[in-house]
Amino acid sequence: MRSMTRRNRLMAAIKYLVCAIMILVIAVPLYISVMGGLKSVGQLRAEPVSLPNPVNWNQYTDMLTGKNGSFWPKLVNSVVIGLGTVGVILIIGTFAGYALARIKFKLNGLIYAYFQLGLLFPLAVAILPLYLQLRSFHLLDSAIGVILPQAAFGLAMMLMLLRGFIKAIPLELEEAAAIDGYSRFGFLFRIVVPLSTPILATVSVLTLVSSWNNFFTPLLVFNSEKKYTLPMGVMNFMGEHAADWNLILAYLTLAMIPAVIIYVLCQKYIVAGLTGGAIKG
Amino acid sequence: MAKRSIPKGSLNRANFLTLAILLGPALILFTALVIVPVFEAAIFSFYKWNGFGPMVNFRGFQNYIQFFKDAIVHKALLHNLIIAVVSLVVELPIAMLLAVIVCDPKFKGAVFFRTFFFLPYVLSEVITGVLWQFIYHPQYGLVRAIWGLFAPIETAPTLMGNTTTLLWAILVVIIWKYFGFHMTIYIAGLQDIPREQIEAATIDGASSWQTFISVTLPGMRTSIQLSVFFAIIGSFQLFDIVWAMGKGDPVNAGETIVTYMYKIGLQRFNIGYGGTIAVCIFLICLFFNVFYQKILVREDD
Repeated sequence: MRSMTRRNRLMAAIKYLVCAIMILVIAVPLYISVMGGLKSVGQLRAEPVSLPNPVNWNQYTDMLTGKNGSFWPKLVNSVVIGLGTVGVILIIGTFAGYALARIKFKLNGLIYAYFQLGLLFPLAVAILPLYLQLRSFHLLDSAIGVILPQAAFGLAMMLMLLRGFIKAIPLELEEAAAIDGYSRFGFLFRIVVPLSTPILATVSVLTLVSSWNNFFTPLLVFNSEKKYTLPMGVMNFMGEHAADWNLILAYLTLAMIPAVIIYVLCQKYIVAGLTGGAIKG
Repeated sequence: MAKRSIPKGSLNRANFLTLAILLGPALILFTALVIVPVFEAAIFSFYKWNGFGPMVNFRGFQNYIQFFKDAIVHKALLHNLIIAVVSLVVELPIAMLLAVIVCDPKFKGAVFFRTFFFLPYVLSEVITGVLWQFIYHPQYGLVRAIWGLFAPIETAPTLMGNTTTLLWAILVVIIWKYFGFHMTIYIAGLQDIPREQIEAATIDGASSWQTFISVTLPGMRTSIQLSVFFAIIGSFQLFDIVWAMGKGDPVNAGETIVTYMYKIGLQRFNIGYGGTIAVCIFLICLFFNVFYQKILVREDD
């Protein structure tokens, strides 16, 4: 019995060791980014790992006050595009998801299968024609030119999650609502949408995060620097300040913070969406 | 089927207008921006075209022949394949190990570890790529500093400037960023395995390794299949990280098939050949998808 507990203790110690190593592997690059933004270039070179001494706050403050780089405008662009994508996908996705979950019509199965093709078509395959199409619609270099493709490519996933969820809402509710005189749209807005809040929240957070991090679509669409999103801003800033790694790291750190905040606040939805959607699919 | 009397007609029926309002916007958006472009890519792939003016220079299968002969295509596809294989044999086992550790209810701090391990997944690929470019930096980087602890610092490798190490440098970043995602899928799978099954095996005297092989792994089939699928498809669609870490260069040492397609199509404006590459990416993914489903379906019987 004693050897058993000793063995268990050893196992536990090994487990904690493994976890501690992984924590270090994740944390050290992030630490280096945060601290690097507080160092001078000379310090960075001499002491890449140590704490900054003296602390140069000015890299961060210059960026936050707009003296250097253009952090806030890029952040605003990212927010606008993120919220725009969420808005579009929520409206058209909820409508379509409801119809596919609840209304019986001849082509229902076929239309659902058609949307599921979206899971099979990676953005990369469509990117060249998409570029030409956005050009012919005069949507290049505009936020809408990023929002619409992002929403279109997110739709398949959204419908998969939402259709299953709405199907699980008891039909009796809808019948009761119909007897109470609700129209189909009344039912959709007053009963289905409120009941679907958890899944809509999940879809919103997932869409927001993927829009926030998306680089391919904005790269395709934007020409003018003032419309760039944060990931593009990072690449652009790096191109302009190739040697000033302390500035680049400060920019990186600031650009990372919003995603980390979203993650910490909405972790539940992100994980549920990825695993729930994944397992059911 | 009991007949219910409900005013305003049957709930299961809807007139065309209602359907059009509900499904129309989604159908239009999806068709215009997902389906049509994919088919257009297929059409472009038979032409030589720079994206301007009429498409007149029909080339038949010439672009496809070029694709099969193109040395950079071979290189890029080999890179994609290496990334896929390394993801499977390195990343997924790490993810599995961590999932098993943090899924043990007696393991204190499990929630904290899970949260932390997933964190890199929510960072943007570009930010991650640039950050690691700094870590590998030949003058400032962490890798250089660590090297300096064990060997003369002047001999520190320039991982990203070197054609043999670049791909491996990128692979480390991919694993760093995505292992938490796979771990999360595995955790979901582990939580679906009834606790009693594992306890029963333990009571029967099975060691934890035996329990893992005979109870846990089979119980996680679905989640393993999923993570393998994501790892392979993801490898063949890789773009952002590579782009942020030197755009696949020097000399195509980190090129993936999507970065190459982007360069051909939107930097050299060879839309026709770019379309060919796009179609081939699609066919590879489709082939893998069908092949994978077939094997799984057969084994599930």
